This record gives sequence, structure tokens and C-alpha cells, in this order.
Amino acid sequence: MKTLVWVEHDGATVKDATLAVVTAAAQLGEVHLLVAGQGVDAVAAEAAKIAGVGKVHVADDAAYAHALAENVAPLIVQLMGDHDAFLAPATTNGKNIAPRVAALLDVMQISDILSVESEDTFTRPIYAGNAIATVQSKDAKKVITVRGTAFAKAATQGGTGTIEAVATTGDLGVSTYVGSEIAKSERPELTSAKIIVSGGRALGSGDKFHELIDPLADKLGAGVGASRAAVDAGYAPNDYQVGQTGKIVAPEVYVAVGISGAIQHLAGMKDSKTIIAINKDEDAPIFQVADIGLVGDLFKILPELTGKL
Amino acid sequence: MKVLVPVKRVLDYNVKPRVKADGTGVDLANVKMSMNPFDEIAVEEAIRLKDKGVTEIVVVSIGEQKSQETLRTALAMGADRAILVVSEDRVEPLGVAKLLKAIVDEEKPDLVILGKQAIDDDNNQTGQMLAGLLGVGQATFASKVELASDSVTVTREVDGGSETETLKLPAIVTVDLRLNEPRYASLPNIMKAKSKPMAQKTPADFGVDVSPRLTTLKVVEPAKRSAGVKVADVDELVAKLKTMGVSK
Repeated sequence: MKTLVWVEHDGATVKDATLAVVTAAAQLGEVHLLVAGQGVDAVAAEAAKIAGVGKVHVADDAAYAHALAENVAPLIVQLMGDHDAFLAPATTNGKNIAPRVAALLDVMQISDILSVESEDTFTRPIYAGNAIATVQSKDAKKVITVRGTAFAKAATQGGTGTIEAVATTGDLGVSTYVGSEIAKSERPELTSAKIIVSGGRALGSGDKFHELIDPLADKLGAGVGASRAAVDAGYAPNDYQVGQTGKIVAPEVYVAVGISGAIQHLAGMKDSKTIIAINKDEDAPIFQVADIGLVGDLFKILPELTGKL
Repeated sequence: MKVLVPVKRVLDYNVKPRVKADGTGVDLANVKMSMNPFDEIAVEEAIRLKDKGVTEIVVVSIGEQKSQETLRTALAMGADRAILVVSEDRVEPLGVAKLLKAIVDEEKPDLVILGKQAIDDDNNQTGQMLAGLLGVGQATFASKVELASDSVTVTREVDGGSETETLKLPAIVTVDLRLNEPRYASLPNIMKAKSKPMAQKTPADFGVDVSPRLTTLKVVEPAKRSAGVKVADVDELVAKLKTMGVSK
């Protein structure tokens, strides 16, 4: 099988999520990449070095500058004449583009796969991760999004991919990028952080959230996450949210502070290697999945913990 | 201006799903079903757009007869009429998108607003597929929608922050959690909804083949985590962290 992987990038470097997709794609066959964007020579050169990569298709055009699905999907469809499967990371960009590709190819997408069982059979979570389904596709071509935390990342060095330019499919002319507001953070990105400290509603305010969570995260070199309740209350920005509707993470250590552990939150973090819960309610559901639990007042515990680390 | 809002009947989000012992799926017998929470947000947004030039809201559901209840809920919230496409078999997002395309071709709405994903299959596909089939613009994960006479400007929740796009109408928008707070239907509105029109169709009426492309071989429970330990105080927690190599 020949697979085509959509490379997620920020215009300068390949994003981590793509590396896990390359690993999944390699389990299906020969791995080709697509780098689409404007002025992406550096990204293409970096992509060609990823271990196991054959060809790197490069589509350099203003129409692809902001990864608008309307313009990128026809480009992918054009390349799918020569490929048997299309894979993208299950990030917001991947989730935006891949189903449009699937519809244009008249195939059913397989979302957020956890494993490749064979060329046509995959596992994926349903019902907020409360069940794992094994699904077999009858479609001639496969369109798949890959859960980044479920596959090891391919090495960024050692590959000898060949770079090849692709003809542009132009601008469909139905959508225009206006602008974006990307939060600047010195901390590790949530989905690739080895340690995450996550705060819930029990923190009581945005000020307390930053006053208590941030120093602990800094001590541990951790990323900062939040429950939906904390985000809804305005304690933390939207993109901090871990859960079924936010980010799916699986760090080495996940520290849940003042988070009760609703099923929608657990869906986003229960594959973490070690879960540590700090909560004053000893019956909180979070303790059912926590490896290490500490029952007590987080306003006392957190400063003490940060001080002793 | 006409808005179409597809809604789905799903297992209520507060219910813990139980995997059937024979591995064929999740047990949906005698459990509470509700409107998919993201679809409630989509219906709410359509209603809020009524003072921005929206004159008619049509809600659509595809599924078993009981999906009538879901449509009545949407009508009670403020939608004007409903279409139920009856299929007792599960229809995949590709089939749903094809049926919705057929309905869009008939109804010619200016805007279709969907939830970003259904909380049962967690697919996050239907809106994007519909946009692809129609060849129109799509704005997924909307946290803000500004409607003008011939375009819609949408702020989207993306990894790392937000992004804004403008789409030409007709267009497809899928909504994220924080777009709005859906209203509760009042008792008088629930009564009124009973007399609002609801058309019944079948996939065959639209000449759409909805046979599934994916076969579910089995459904299992995720691996259980082994029981953890509780520590008594911060010193014990710090000691544990040190043995794990998390802190020096």
C-alpha cells in the first residue's frame, strides 16, 4: 500500500503530531508526505529527513498558506490517484481537512485511530473513550485520522525522502482567512508534554489558577492543562482544555488538581502513564483512575508541594 | 434567510456507557437518550441569528422513529419545522452527509449549522463531508458566528488559540462548546412545538444509498487501570515523585 500523510507545520517546522502519523502510515506501507503551504522549502527539507519517508510532495501556493480545507482537500484528492490511504493527525487541522477529502473520494473516514490491526482494520475510541471499537473498512481507499498519543513518534533524522513539486489546484474561492490569535507560551505544548499539571474549578479564580498551578508546572517543566469547568469559568484559556472536546493527552505524569474527574475529562487523559490526583473530596471519581492520590485542601497542598520540589 | 440544523439523538452525556457482554456494541436499551449537546448549541445559535436576518429554521434528524422526540425538542427551543429521515439502521457520517446534501439541494438554506461531533461515535466528520459534497466553504469548531447578507465570519477554536475565517454563503458551520449557552424549552413552547410541522422521509425518497462502508467487528471496554494508592501528606507525595524521577 502507498500512503499519503498530510504534514502539519507552522510554516517553519514540522509539528510533532505528524511524526506519530508517519509511524501509523509505515504500518500500512510505503510512506509519502504532502507539505502544502506558502514558502515551505525548509519544512519540506525537514520532512524529507523523517525516518522511513519515501517521497515528499510539495505544493507551494498562496492558496495553501493557512491550511484552508476548501483549498487543501482538492490537492490531496489529486494525489490520491496514486495512493491507497490518506492519513492526517487528529488535530484541529487534521480533523478539519480529512473528512472533506473522504467525502470528495466517496469513502468513509476512520477517525482518531488507536492502532492498525491490518490494511483495512483499525481500532478507535467511541463514547468518550468508554469503549474501543474495531472497525473494518470496505472502501478501496482509506482516509484516516491518527491519535497522536497512540503511536510512537518517527525519528526526525535518518530519512532520505525525495522532494517533488506538485501542481497547484488553486483557490476554490469560497473561504478567506482573516487572522488568528495564537497564545504564546514558553511551556511545553500540551499534546507533547511529558508532564502536565492540570487545574479544575476548585481553584476558584483565574488569579489562583496562575498563582498555584503555574509555579508547580514550572518546577516540573510541565505543560499546563485545565478541566472544562475551569475553562468555562474563565480561569484558563480554551486551548488548555483536556477532555473529549478538548485535547487528548497521554503524558508520563498527569497531575490533576481540584478536578473531580467527569467522564468527559477522563476521556482526554486516562491513557497517561501515571495519574496523580489532589482533591479534597475523597469520593471524587478522579481517585478511581489515579495511581497516586492525596486528599486535602489544594490551597495548602500546592504551595507546600511546590516549595518542597 | 433560511438555516438548516441537523440534530442527532444520542445516549445522554451524563450516562456512563456500558459495553455489551457479547462485544457487539454499547447497550442502548432502557437508557436515557437526549439531543447531542453540540447540536443543542447549533439550534441555539440558529435561533439567536433570527434577529440578524434569519427567517426560517428547519431542523433535520436521521435515525429511528424515536428521533421525533429530538426534533420536538428543537422545535420547542424555537425551530420552525422539522424533517425526519427514518432509518432504523445506523447511518454513517458519509450517508448522513449525502442525505443532508439532498435536503440542502431541495431546501436551499443559506447556512447549515451542525454540532462539531456527536458524543456517541466521536467522529467529527459530517459537517466537513457535507461541505465537501456541496463544494461550499466550511468553518469548523466555531466559537463566534457573525452573519452578514452574503457571508458569514466565524471565529474557530484551533490548537493553540483561535482563527477567523470569512465564508461566502451558502456555507457550513460546525459549532464548538463555547459558542453559546443553549436555552431550555418552556412548557408553553413544548406544547406549541407539538403542532409544528414534521415531515417524514426515507433515504430511498432521496435516492441515496446509505449502506455502511465500515463494519464494526467488535466493541470492548478499554483496559482498566490498576488500583492506585493514597498518600497521607505532601512529603510522601514528594518522595513518590522522586522515585519516579519526576523531580530531582
